[in-house]
Amino acid sequence: MTGTLTAVAARAAAVPTEVPLAAAGVQRAAWLLLVFPLAGAVVLLLGGRRTNRWGHVVGVAMPLAAFVYGVIAFVAMLGYPADQRSRELTLFTWIHVARFDVPVGLRLDQLSICFVLLITGVGSLIHIFAVGYMSHDPERRRFFGYMNLFVASMLLLVLADNYLVLYVGWEGVGLTSYLLIGFWQYKPEAATAAKKAFVANRVGDLGMSIAIMLMFAVFGSVTFNGVFGQVGHASPGVTTALGLLLLLGACGKSAQLPLQSWLLDAMEGPTPVSALIHAATMVTAGVYLIVRSGPIFDLSSNARLLVTIVGAATLLFGAIISCAKDDIKKALAGSTMSQIGYMVLAAGLGPRGYAFAIGLLLAHGFFKAGLFLGAGSIKHEMNDEVDMRRFGGLRTIMPITFATFGIGYLAIIGIPPFSGFFAKDTVIDAAFETGGTTGWVLGLAALIGAGITAFYMTRVMFMTFAGERRWDEGVHPHEVPPIMTSPMILLAIGSLGFGAYETLGDRLADFLGPVIGYVPAEPALFTPAGIVALVLIAAAIVLAWAMYGRRPVPATAPHGSPLTVAARKELYGNAVNESLLMRPGQWLTRLSVYFDNRGVDGLVNTIAATVGGTSGRVRRVQTGFVRSYALSMLVGAVLLVGALLLVRI
Amino acid sequence: MNPGNYVALAVILFVIGAVGVLIRRNAMVIFMCIELMLNAVNLAFVAFARQHGQVDGQVIAFFVMVVAAAEVVVGLAILMAIFRARRSASVDDANLLKY
Repeated sequence: MTGTLTAVAARAAAVPTEVPLAAAGVQRAAWLLLVFPLAGAVVLLLGGRRTNRWGHVVGVAMPLAAFVYGVIAFVAMLGYPADQRSRELTLFTWIHVARFDVPVGLRLDQLSICFVLLITGVGSLIHIFAVGYMSHDPERRRFFGYMNLFVASMLLLVLADNYLVLYVGWEGVGLTSYLLIGFWQYKPEAATAAKKAFVANRVGDLGMSIAIMLMFAVFGSVTFNGVFGQVGHASPGVTTALGLLLLLGACGKSAQLPLQSWLLDAMEGPTPVSALIHAATMVTAGVYLIVRSGPIFDLSSNARLLVTIVGAATLLFGAIISCAKDDIKKALAGSTMSQIGYMVLAAGLGPRGYAFAIGLLLAHGFFKAGLFLGAGSIKHEMNDEVDMRRFGGLRTIMPITFATFGIGYLAIIGIPPFSGFFAKDTVIDAAFETGGTTGWVLGLAALIGAGITAFYMTRVMFMTFAGERRWDEGVHPHEVPPIMTSPMILLAIGSLGFGAYETLGDRLADFLGPVIGYVPAEPALFTPAGIVALVLIAAAIVLAWAMYGRRPVPATAPHGSPLTVAARKELYGNAVNESLLMRPGQWLTRLSVYFDNRGVDGLVNTIAATVGGTSGRVRRVQTGFVRSYALSMLVGAVLLVGALLLVRI
Repeated sequence: MNPGNYVALAVILFVIGAVGVLIRRNAMVIFMCIELMLNAVNLAFVAFARQHGQVDGQVIAFFVMVVAAAEVVVGLAILMAIFRARRSASVDDANLLKY
């Protein structure tokens, strides 16, 4: 018992709990990060049709302005010594009731600035792409309004200095995700997908909100400083409960098992939305939440174990689904799920995994956004066709898309020197380093996942860019205009170099070290696990080539093995949801309706019918014939007199 | 004098009146039958007053006459109104006020 307590105390001491310094200089204007995109959203959404003509210019300029400010703030941060880079800026008091005190404040530290640069940088590129992609859409202005609102919400999420304000951003991104998935709401699938995403997210949000209430109940505070400062004194039950509730929230937002089913349907939204929200930023919010709540997870090995299990299961789950999807966007969506599984796995490993989780997250932001934009260009040119069995031979038609998509492909499967190689191998190594059976299980899952990733991505490449042209009639693809290719080129450059930059010399880990409280040693370039991964990847590429490159791809999907059928049906995730949640829910509502109709209404209606029926019969006595009234009066009088006489006798 | 004879006459008159009210349709005749019943009662009141040597019954007989006179005024007016509207004095025709 004493041993456990000292161990807890030692770990608590390792957590950085000192209060951040107040923001100074240029960082005092950090609220600009929120104001820029929010102003864009307000102008575009309230301005109405008047802003149709120039709306997209505002829509692009606002995230770009936020990005410029983000770079300035980043440079200012680099000017501080490493242990003074965490800065806070209190804006105003939001709620102050008795012991409940919620200030609205921003926290600019190494972790949040990474996200700020990712959100505004990649976000701006995707906004620029969307100008071309949405150019024929009459509702383009509204689209940019929602996108700006998303950027503002996401920035609020990562900049908040307490859980309640974080929750506002958390709900904001949920709302904008809903609005943008259902942007073409006249399509029933899009409307349904939006609703599904919203409901699945609500389940996660429930965990999140209960976690915040628990924090207030136990610590009397919801600020990061207040919670992390006291969490060391909390009982193990509380920390585990907090960890599990936060994990539930993370699962909802990041499409992890068991709340994964909404992400594939979310591909009904416009492709820039898939790139920004459902690949690069929003779905990584769960990873951010786990890393940010590190001091809580550090104290609960049970919660961390569950995080790693969720991550490992999801990374395999998403990868297997991707192997069988013919819809290029859904194949990429399964891949997103799988990659976030890697990040969650790394985050579940504790402080030694946080830097790797964020490293993969940033690298993934580049290459996955690039891949989605590539898929968007292809869809744009193929008359909104997304079935890869109708693609083929696009390599020569769309050379720039092919090149950028190809770089993203090499990055995601982890070929050196592209970013995935550095970012993902560190995660695989860290999983093995856990040691024991757990380490072996997690490491093998990550290794196998890497092999499957190479298989399905190679399949996408062959089916889309190689082979004969299986296009529908009347489709004449060309290379997309420069406004769409330039963001793809920039993202491809990021996919090419960013992984090496952040990993070599331990740059990102050193940078994040003070806020995470742990600096891992610089990982070796080629570890045994990494070499095995490369062999697996090579084997998977050869297998995919044998199946999809050497042979012609049939235009209709063959029946396939039971595993293929299962993967096509998303491993029965929807069936499980339907049988476990939807059907019982429907039964419950039917039972309630039956009870309401027959029970409650039945009682009231029976009384009313009885009274009504009786009076309906009784009123027949009122015949309207005066003489019959007279007769009844006479009879009554006689009876009365008779009764009086009887009583008297 | 034997009060029993007066009471017997009153009963006969009352029964004639009551039967008339019940079986006749003409409102005028019903009206007269009602008067007959009232007067039968008056006769009984006066006969008992005489028998007991008290004035109460005779006083009530006067009251009944007054009420009957007032009732005739109102009743005949209603009768006239109905007759004007429906061209009929039959009480069975005036049966609109019913269920």
